Amino acid sequence: MYGYIARRILSTIPVVLIVGVIVFSLLFVAPGDPAAIIAGDQASPADVERIRRTLGLDQSFLVQFGHWFGRVMVGDLGTSIFSGKPVTELIALRFGPTVSLMLVTLTFSVLVAVPLGVLAAARRGTWVDSAVMVMAVLGFSLPVFVVGYLVTYIFALQLHAFPVQGYKPLDEGVGPWLHGLVLPALSLGGVYIALIARVTRAAMLEVLGQDYIRTARAKGLGLGRVLFLHALKNASVPVVTSIGLGLALLIGGAVVTESVFAIPGVGRLTVDAILQRDYPVIQGVVLVFSFVYVGINLMLDLVYTLLDPRIAY
Amino acid sequence: MNREPTRPPDRVGAVIAAPEMPEIMPEFSPRAGVIGFLRRNPKIAVGGTILLLLLFCAVFAGFLGTVDPGAIAPSRRARPPSPEHWFGTDMIGRDLYSRVVYGTRVSLFVGFSVALVASFTGLAIGLVAGFLKWVDGPVMRVMDGLMSIPPILLAVALMALTRGSVGNVVIAIAIADVPRVCRLVRSSVLSLRELPFIEGAVTAGSSTPRIILRHVLPNALAPLTVQATYICASAMITEAILSFIGAGSPPDIPSWGNIMAEGRVLWQVKPFIIAFPAVSLSITVLAVNLLGDGLRDLLDPRSATKA
Repeated sequence: MYGYIARRILSTIPVVLIVGVIVFSLLFVAPGDPAAIIAGDQASPADVERIRRTLGLDQSFLVQFGHWFGRVMVGDLGTSIFSGKPVTELIALRFGPTVSLMLVTLTFSVLVAVPLGVLAAARRGTWVDSAVMVMAVLGFSLPVFVVGYLVTYIFALQLHAFPVQGYKPLDEGVGPWLHGLVLPALSLGGVYIALIARVTRAAMLEVLGQDYIRTARAKGLGLGRVLFLHALKNASVPVVTSIGLGLALLIGGAVVTESVFAIPGVGRLTVDAILQRDYPVIQGVVLVFSFVYVGINLMLDLVYTLLDPRIAY
Repeated sequence: MNREPTRPPDRVGAVIAAPEMPEIMPEFSPRAGVIGFLRRNPKIAVGGTILLLLLFCAVFAGFLGTVDPGAIAPSRRARPPSPEHWFGTDMIGRDLYSRVVYGTRVSLFVGFSVALVASFTGLAIGLVAGFLKWVDGPVMRVMDGLMSIPPILLAVALMALTRGSVGNVVIAIAIADVPRVCRLVRSSVLSLRELPFIEGAVTAGSSTPRIILRHVLPNALAPLTVQATYICASAMITEAILSFIGAGSPPDIPSWGNIMAEGRVLWQVKPFIIAFPAVSLSITVLAVNLLGDGLRDLLDPRSATKA
């Protein structure tokens, strides 16, 4: 068991390293001269040269990568071309709203999607099942910002139940914080709910056919107890996997959601950086989110051993 | 009617031997005809029909009552839909109907191209990785690394380094999909190569490239087709997202993402500017996803009994 945990933690080291190499190499594999493109059309040759040096394009790949990765490992992601501030500081300033948005969306999505998936599996082939599956297809097909504008139009502009946009930090109280995040979470959660509900349903269908489920029902246990305790626990590994892998969708979607709802998070920072062609900031955001993604999936992998001890052997 | 089984004939033996290898189009017999096929596969029928209509719009965009989608008319800014401008006009007086119809071209082009580019690249890498052990390790580690970067962020980073063009958008989106295709193909190959007919080919003295191309490839194609359809759908969404946040198609190209990005400023007073491209995009993606679900049910009978 401890051997498994140690092996699993060690196995993320090469992934982190490779992510670093990939993110850094983008500068070198991009066609044309990235420094000139980032500097823009009106830039003087001196500007281009300055940017080239900031990005580390003036020396060989290996030398630059060594320097860069060494600094990344101690938390230095370089400086923004536009504002001159350290990228780490810029991201840290914007981290709160993004983490809030993702946490609320994650909680809300899991609370909605898992019961929906269980229900669809339990009522397989009925209208309940079909309704959940139609919702899932819609969730996969409606882009984040389409749902975002739709729910804002209905719940904010017409019904005035929620703010159109903006963000209240947690310091101002849990109520206002949560109130402002309802619509963003609703739009960001669409794809995520669809994914988790589908996986839950498929995993439950597999488990519900097992003998021990019939035994549990036959000895008189209630349906709810059998579904949520016996079946769901055994179906939980693929469900947890989909929650982890789906985080990539959440992270990408957060960038858009934040710009639709004017939430001052990392996504907003990214969009501003795109407009200013501030590559160090974009690079930093990609790297931080990839590491967060790898880290969370590592943690979920370790959670598996609690859900299904067989995995550790 | 009664001669036709509603479900594919039971192939228990085949399924146990090779679950990854469903028979391609098991229900399609010449006697049943296209109509019968579509009736038994409503998802393919609906998704395919909508997609064909959209393809028609894209190809004949110039002949569907459209005007120049870039023609500016400052005197007619942000007009609501009318008989003259079916979808109204945007902030600088361009005809929205024309822009949305021309936008079909961008969306379909990006969707299909990304699906093709990602499938072929992933297929090539996956086949080689699945067959040559010494390539497998290093290549799959790189793929793991690529998969650890959230796809939209990877595309954003690539777009920030290149000049905005539809071609670059296609490449930026496709790169994130390659590892997913690669994994799928590799796992197909790994299960296929253990089967007796491959062993037979090896014994018969076929060369490795020949075994890969003639024996493994055809059997790995079915799951890939389904995957490619889903890639097409998500690529359309990603293109719109990239354009929407300013990292996608150049602003002079009427893509649905661009139209929505331009409509953002006015959206609380003129929601129709965003609504028309949003609805078009949703319908298109829905059609492709339906087609994908239909193909999956058709090509993988196991999931058909589940879904």
